[in-house]
Amino acid sequence: METKSLLAQKHELASAKSQIDFLENSDFIKFSDKLRQQNLFPFTTKALEIFQINVGKMCNQVCKHCHVDAGPDRKEIMTKETMEICLDAIRISGANTVDLTGGAPEMNPEFRWFVEELSKLNKKTIVRCNLTIIVANKKFNDLPAFFKKNNVEVVSSLPYFTASKTDSQRGDGVFEKSIAALKLLNEVGYGVHGTGLILNLVYNPAGAFLPTDQNALEKEFKTKLKSSHKIEFNNLFAITNLPISRFLEYLVRSGNYYSYMEKLVNAYNPIAAENVMCRNTISIGWDGFIYDCDFNQMLDMKIDVDSCKQHISNFSIVETSKRNIRINQHCFGCSAGAGSSCGGSVS
Amino acid sequence: MKTYYNPDDLKKFGNISDFEPSLAKKFFDYYGEVFKEGALTAREKSLIALAVSHAVQCPYCIDAYTQDSIEKGCDEQQMMEAVHVAAAIKGGAVLVHSVQMMNKYKEISM
Repeated sequence: METKSLLAQKHELASAKSQIDFLENSDFIKFSDKLRQQNLFPFTTKALEIFQINVGKMCNQVCKHCHVDAGPDRKEIMTKETMEICLDAIRISGANTVDLTGGAPEMNPEFRWFVEELSKLNKKTIVRCNLTIIVANKKFNDLPAFFKKNNVEVVSSLPYFTASKTDSQRGDGVFEKSIAALKLLNEVGYGVHGTGLILNLVYNPAGAFLPTDQNALEKEFKTKLKSSHKIEFNNLFAITNLPISRFLEYLVRSGNYYSYMEKLVNAYNPIAAENVMCRNTISIGWDGFIYDCDFNQMLDMKIDVDSCKQHISNFSIVETSKRNIRINQHCFGCSAGAGSSCGGSVS
Repeated sequence: MKTYYNPDDLKKFGNISDFEPSLAKKFFDYYGEVFKEGALTAREKSLIALAVSHAVQCPYCIDAYTQDSIEKGCDEQQMMEAVHVAAAIKGGAVLVHSVQMMNKYKEISM
């Protein structure tokens, strides 16, 4: 399995521009035309609910499908100064949820300080934890207790309930470590009925296919994880892999790009398109720039406002709410089938 | 190179209605109903379809139901076990006819 990011490999698809050029250079119907057909173009926002912050690209894993191109060789992380500016923006934003992601967000040295400050804001705080970080080093072993103390909601990726599929996507040994981490989370009450401590899992396909029905998968995950490992969790989110970054590179390398895009386009669901997460979310990059979503962030598609208002230091809720959402062909990933968001299916 | 089977033809399955629309409509309506969640789950039906695809040796069906089974959360072990079920039935169907062969053999032998 590859242990370097596309950037470290100096791969052509590490560049946002190359990815966009690649996505645009095809004869598939444009996503904007699909939206036009249902009078949704230009694509506008709804009331802001989720303030998603990517605190850095540093990660202890190098997952094959990672849209962030994260890994141990990525050093871009958010500074405490930018976090302080984010806190000010969150206070005035009206958002009810703060969603922390990465990389492995816990690897940012200011992560714990940031979570403690967020917990004072009386907002729901979500941490997207890759699980293995909890057992990667002794200094992270107390993360379950830290999450509990700060009333954090944990969302964790587990592509499947068997080792072979999980490891094929996320790296050798990841399944075993993930199970160990899930047990530690269960021990402090996460995912356990009646504790109020929420542990949600994320399923995303380990290959060039779409996720199945989220409810059916959740039922099966619950049965298998309980019977094989005595593990409990709350909800399963089924997320579609978007054709960007490492997943795009995989699609191209394996000869699956055209058929996967065709599948996404054919599975376009107007109801899902109406409910995609970029309509009620903003996404902040490690360097403080603002995007419509984490995927646009990785494609360097900053929000469509005056350039001076594209940075969190000049955040304006009025300007941000009036913006049109920037779209491109990768957006077919969020509107396919039952739809896809950081919270799973949307229709 | 021309071959009898073209993978792109699978996408044209719906075109069978060009020559006879009313029967095609009846077939596709029936097909859609069959694969809906019922007493069997959609996932179980997909695995049955995968096994039958092998038994009838239809390359279009094998492509379609390999994809469908993966999407419905089946793993490689489950899918291969389904194919073995098809193989066992096909093999058994051949072998059970040997009883007829044995009967005939005995009938005409001294």
